[in-house]
Amino acid sequence: MAPGYYTPAFMKPAPFDYHQARSVAEAVAHLGEYGYEAKILAGGQSLVPAMNFRLARPAVLVDINPLDELDYLEEDGDTLRIGAMVRHVTFERPVTEGPTGRLLAMAAHHVGHLPIRVRGTFGGSLAHADPAAEWCVIALLLDAELATRSPSGGRDIPAADFFQTVFTTALEPEELLVEARLPNLAPHTRIGFQQFSRRAGDFALTMAAVALEADDGPVANARIALGGVSDRPVRAGEAEQALEGQPATDESFRAAAEIAAQEFDAIGDIHGSADYRRDLVRALTRRALEQAIST
Amino acid sequence: MSYVGSSVKRIEDRPLLTGEARFAADLSLPDQLHMRVVRSPVAHGRLLEVDTSEARSMDGVEAVWTGDDVREVPPIDFRMAWVEGLERFRQSILAADHVRYVGEPVAIVLAEDPYLAEDAAELVFAGIDELDPVVDPMAAGPAAIETTVVEKAYGDLEGAFGDAPVVVEMELAVGRHSGVPMETRGALACYDPLRSVLEMFGAAKVPHHNRAAIASMLGLPLGAVVLREGHVGGGFGIRGELYPEDVLVCLAALRLGRPIRWVEDRREHMLAANHSRDQVHRIRAAVESDGRIRGVIDEFWVDQGAYLRTHQVTVTELTTSMLPGPYAWPAYRSRGHVMLSNKTPCGTYRAPGRYESTFVRERLIEVIAHRLSLDSSEVRRRNLVPPERMPFERGIAALGTEVTYDSGDYPGLLDRTLEYLDYEQLTADLARRRSDGERVGLGMGFFVEKSGLGPFDGVRVTVDEAGQVLVVTGVASIGQGVETVLAQVCADALGVGIESVRVRHGQTDDLAYGMGAFASRVTVMSGSATLIAARRVRRKAVDVAASVLEADPDDLTIDRGRVFVRGSPGGPAITLGEVARRLRPGLTAGEPGLTAEGWFTVDHMVYPYGIHAAVVRVDPDSGQVEVERLVVAYEVGKAVNPELVHGQIAGGAAQGIGGALLEDFAYDESGQPLAATFMDYLMPTVAEMPDVEVLLLEEAPSPANPLGVKGAGEGGITAVGAAVANAVAEALGRPEEVTRLPLGPERVRRIAAGVA
Ligand SMILES: Cc1cc2nc3c(=O)[nH]c(=O)nc-3n(C[C@H](O)[C@H](O)[C@H](O)COP(=O)(O)OP(=O)(O)OC[C@H]3O[C@@H](n4cnc5c(N)ncnc54)[C@H](O)[C@@H]3O)c2cc1C
Repeated sequence: MAPGYYTPAFMKPAPFDYHQARSVAEAVAHLGEYGYEAKILAGGQSLVPAMNFRLARPAVLVDINPLDELDYLEEDGDTLRIGAMVRHVTFERPVTEGPTGRLLAMAAHHVGHLPIRVRGTFGGSLAHADPAAEWCVIALLLDAELATRSPSGGRDIPAADFFQTVFTTALEPEELLVEARLPNLAPHTRIGFQQFSRRAGDFALTMAAVALEADDGPVANARIALGGVSDRPVRAGEAEQALEGQPATDESFRAAAEIAAQEFDAIGDIHGSADYRRDLVRALTRRALEQAIST
Repeated sequence: MSYVGSSVKRIEDRPLLTGEARFAADLSLPDQLHMRVVRSPVAHGRLLEVDTSEARSMDGVEAVWTGDDVREVPPIDFRMAWVEGLERFRQSILAADHVRYVGEPVAIVLAEDPYLAEDAAELVFAGIDELDPVVDPMAAGPAAIETTVVEKAYGDLEGAFGDAPVVVEMELAVGRHSGVPMETRGALACYDPLRSVLEMFGAAKVPHHNRAAIASMLGLPLGAVVLREGHVGGGFGIRGELYPEDVLVCLAALRLGRPIRWVEDRREHMLAANHSRDQVHRIRAAVESDGRIRGVIDEFWVDQGAYLRTHQVTVTELTTSMLPGPYAWPAYRSRGHVMLSNKTPCGTYRAPGRYESTFVRERLIEVIAHRLSLDSSEVRRRNLVPPERMPFERGIAALGTEVTYDSGDYPGLLDRTLEYLDYEQLTADLARRRSDGERVGLGMGFFVEKSGLGPFDGVRVTVDEAGQVLVVTGVASIGQGVETVLAQVCADALGVGIESVRVRHGQTDDLAYGMGAFASRVTVMSGSATLIAARRVRRKAVDVAASVLEADPDDLTIDRGRVFVRGSPGGPAITLGEVARRLRPGLTAGEPGLTAEGWFTVDHMVYPYGIHAAVVRVDPDSGQVEVERLVVAYEVGKAVNPELVHGQIAGGAAQGIGGALLEDFAYDESGQPLAATFMDYLMPTVAEMPDVEVLLLEEAPSPANPLGVKGAGEGGITAVGAAVANAVAEALGRPEEVTRLPLGPERVRRIAAGVA
């Protein structure tokens, strides 16, 4: 007996129903109907592995990949509007002139590997809410607003309220994330982005994104957002305050980085203990500030 | 023209590159059932009952079996046994009354499709009364089980240590990691009533041995079991050993009369396939003040996991016997404690026992050099076995053979390596970079490998009437290029073009005997057997041709499949195909067919040797180690195919970096594995790899086989851990504190900060 060919599947999700949405309205209607039972399928780069491990077991999948209406980028005055289905890879080259586009591009290269960036979506990353996800950290840094649609209408959620804990957001089960609105950074804003992962392409153990203004004068509008330290992306508020009005020097950067390192009860896992992550926060914050001021 | 020695393109690559390859998961048979293994979720416990009723009642589920259903099947036996009386530590194919590691098979589900099988597996409930697990056998006190102690010794230790000017003592450890092939395991078994045989596809590494083991476990005659090797996506020592799943698919195929297919998923693989390494050494050296080592005493503990699998205590055996490496220490004793724990059982992994012992020995050398303020390469040189003492008898045995280094010029290799590195310049450059604030360092490790484990392997070479040559061998291919290498040897010996040679391997009904692919033995053993068989065929062909051409056989030669009088290629000739036609039964008085078998037997291994040198840079903020350079100087006697040797070395080096910096099967205190996916078990990617610089030497051909070859499968990995660790120690200016692999960034940062 000669064995023949076969297309195999190695890891198998629990049974589920599948719906392909033809419009945002239809997707939202499905969510309204199935509630907790349903999950949106965007790029699938987080959801599908979780389903294959049977860590996620939605009874219904609502596939929003056909929705071109969620795949757009628009500059609207001072706001960059990003449709939920814009793929990570889109940001590899600056999508706007000025610091916002550059910051997104700096971060984009660190999101997984190219095949993941080709499939994975901006909205999916926010909705997934990994504490070490680049887009989540940047959304928080820029005080983004996240727009949703649901059977009862929709709402705008500030990033600061959106991320609640690991893999948990303010989204209700019947709510679809449709757009992220990023207030553009002022043109002369300086930016820095630093992260550390054990291998190229891995989720970062820790990352720091900074934005500040410091043209020939003291630091103003300092923002520091951190990923991989806490159960959600966080702003290092005390460090930001400490920097405000200070000269942009190694000394003040070091001091701010030290404050940032002490601001949180860091999390630990097999790749790095809480203490170690604090060490990383200190180093990465300092490096990001230095990077910001030197470019 | 000679194929041997040139980098002939791999002849096995076409199906691999065109997607036609057939790995275990590519196979299926009509009417097959799919097996899913239900595994223990806890590390240790009494198995009270396994409730299968819900799973069995699902539509499409054919059977669900637990340990009770397979009680007549004995545990999996040792393939290599070095110590008697350890049978009680063997693993059964399904847990009977205890579970002893997370991932241990407790039941199987056989269902119509693999999704269903997984759905049903979720409904099998194992009632387990949890017991305290042993996670660290060294810290577990009396709860830890010591299966046996392997001890080797020679020389006068008392004399060595009695009035030693310097004694250096260290504790050194290598973490738990293993070969993780790209292809997970898989098997497809069926009973073929036409031929009355049980056939299993998906065999690898040691098909002949596994055939015998399966036949004996299932009570079948040897002739009723056939194992088939397909394409294999990596072996590394762990793939192809006989595991519970292989026996279970065969058993189910017999019982149910339907083909049974099993494909492991990655998470299962991380829990169920052999782990390796995981050793802690306490080593002591008595040293003269000029760095010459008088004697070494080593005591070590191997965390073997929950059971002794097919390798029994092979890794411990190899560690004790190979620890002295290239050095002529006059006195030595090593004692290896083989400990059980509630973790995945261990087996051999590329350079088993040598990766660990080389790390231990070469760190020790470095610390001796530091204590005596000597250059470590000078300490090495002063202790190397001198070329005059080759062949060098160590005075101990490994794997049942006396350790006799067959040939070599160790100081010569050290000179060559230092010259290649431009040692003085390089160390000066690194010192300058360090004084500029960079944390960079150079580290080296000298090692002796072993290869070509016997006792035998055989090959049959046959030329058909079209002049096509078939080489059939009892060894296996795990992707390393066996077909190409054997074809090269055969084509040269026979006088044919390599394009007319095909090589078949890994089918147990092809040849009665076969040892398999491990211990860097295939080119040594099967290569030599191919040479012997091809020469016999050549002799036969020349004899026939001599009578046809009316020439003296001694005057004939064969080139590109034509036999003619040497020096007159344009004169009368006969092709090998024509010779084969004249050897049809009835036409010849002798044995029909242009065919011959060749068997190569040895009672000693051969010992290739080498040096690894690593240059690393440490990021002081994160502790991340970047390997800037990795140089592998390696003496192989003769490289049949230099490009393939390079490939072996580069691949090994990548795995070595994994073990040195990244890979770690960590467990929590309850025995739960913390690295059971590729998110947590970090293998190096191309981004973490430097270009591996290979200095391939062919200056000490082995006198122990007709090709003069020494194995090349493992030398790429052996000293990477040692070299990287030594380099990190230098980079951090912490000569003594680097004592444990892997050197993850947090550990390195702690060492740098002096809080290790
Ligand atoms: C090997 C690997 C490495 C990776 N490395 C990184 C990394 O370094 N950094 C990083 O940020 N990410 C990384 N990722 C994750 C990747 O970026 C994912 O693409 C991202 O996290 C999820 O986006 P997605 O479009 O793939 O969403 P999906 O996987 O389809 O969905 C993720 C979750 O979000 C929900 N969801 C998706 N879209 C919406 C929506 N519009 N409204 C409501 N809910 C929604 C889904 O229901 C699901 O729960 C990695 C992934 C892999 C496999």
